[in-house]
Amino acid sequence: MGPISTLYQLPEWMDLMFALFIGIGFGFALEQAGFSSSRKLAGMFYGYDTTVLKVFFTAAVVALTGAQLLSYFGLLDLRLVYVNEYYVNAAIIGGIIMGAGFIMGGFCPGTGVCAASIGKIDAMVYLLGGLTGAFLFAETWPWIAELAGKNYRGAVKINETLGLSPALFTVLLVAAAAFMFWLAEKAEKRFARKDITSDY
Amino acid sequence: MKQMEKRKYMNPYWAGTLLGLVLLAAMFLSGRGLGASGGMKYLVVSAVGAVDKEHAQTAPFYSKYFEDGKKPALNWLSIELFGLVIGGFASGAISGRLKLKTEKSPKIRNWTRFLFAFLGGCLFVYGAQLARGCTSGAALSGMAVLSVAGFVTMMAIFGSAYLFAWFFRKLWI
Repeated sequence: MGPISTLYQLPEWMDLMFALFIGIGFGFALEQAGFSSSRKLAGMFYGYDTTVLKVFFTAAVVALTGAQLLSYFGLLDLRLVYVNEYYVNAAIIGGIIMGAGFIMGGFCPGTGVCAASIGKIDAMVYLLGGLTGAFLFAETWPWIAELAGKNYRGAVKINETLGLSPALFTVLLVAAAAFMFWLAEKAEKRFARKDITSDY
Repeated sequence: MKQMEKRKYMNPYWAGTLLGLVLLAAMFLSGRGLGASGGMKYLVVSAVGAVDKEHAQTAPFYSKYFEDGKKPALNWLSIELFGLVIGGFASGAISGRLKLKTEKSPKIRNWTRFLFAFLGGCLFVYGAQLARGCTSGAALSGMAVLSVAGFVTMMAIFGSAYLFAWFFRKLWI
């Protein structure tokens, strides 16, 4: 029964071992997906490569369905799994800033680390920028703390907001993902250009 | 020819399934999602603590990470970030993709790419601190636990990137 480290009150070093192995799996999956290539990632926003959409939504649907199934069979107590808290203004404004950073830098933080680990120099510069961004955030915190805490709604779940059961919402999201994959395959055929990532 | 085959990326649906299972493992083992920007924050907090201890213990943002003698470098998120580097490197080694190179549109110079890479990283991680997570920590992990914040952040990130894509098209195509 999970989550293991909370339920069995494992010592901290064991939880950190989990963190190391999960990080290794995370980096491996991102790199195999092709997320170590900024032009492949950016392709999502120009229609010539929709790998981002496919990998991202497949991962979300697999993890969501898996968690719901484990919970249904009593193998995972979802009340003990962290649910992101909703700060309305911070989530939206932060997301918009991140989107701008994505299209300028070509990476998100995880894919940037992954790309730097196989030798992409632009990714290393991106990470320097990322560390600078974290430093600037810490130093400007007194001025943005109010914005960051505005309109706090707690750890609200989307199915509750919509008045649906978690199972029904999961099924709807799987269907939505399948529809987007179909659209993505069509878009790639329409906006196809020669493989821009093949010249290693 | 065999070399080309080896260097091909994994089918995106398989790679996504693998990523989803890693996220599920994080939920099952540690009761939490994946993250990347959080680990960067802990590295910065840790570095500030090493360079200017007094500032780190008095400034409102840093002090909470040093309470009760806590070590911000030895944190779940920073260890996971270290694993991410190992995993990415291992995958690159297996698939023959380890190489020092800069990727960009042929229309721009390397320095243009570096400038925007730096600015992009700076903005992204700043925004991620504000939204309390990035594409992995807020969007992906949030969606997997049905968090409204996860769905909202996901739509804000992708919507904004599409909105700004036209202005920065020269960097990529």
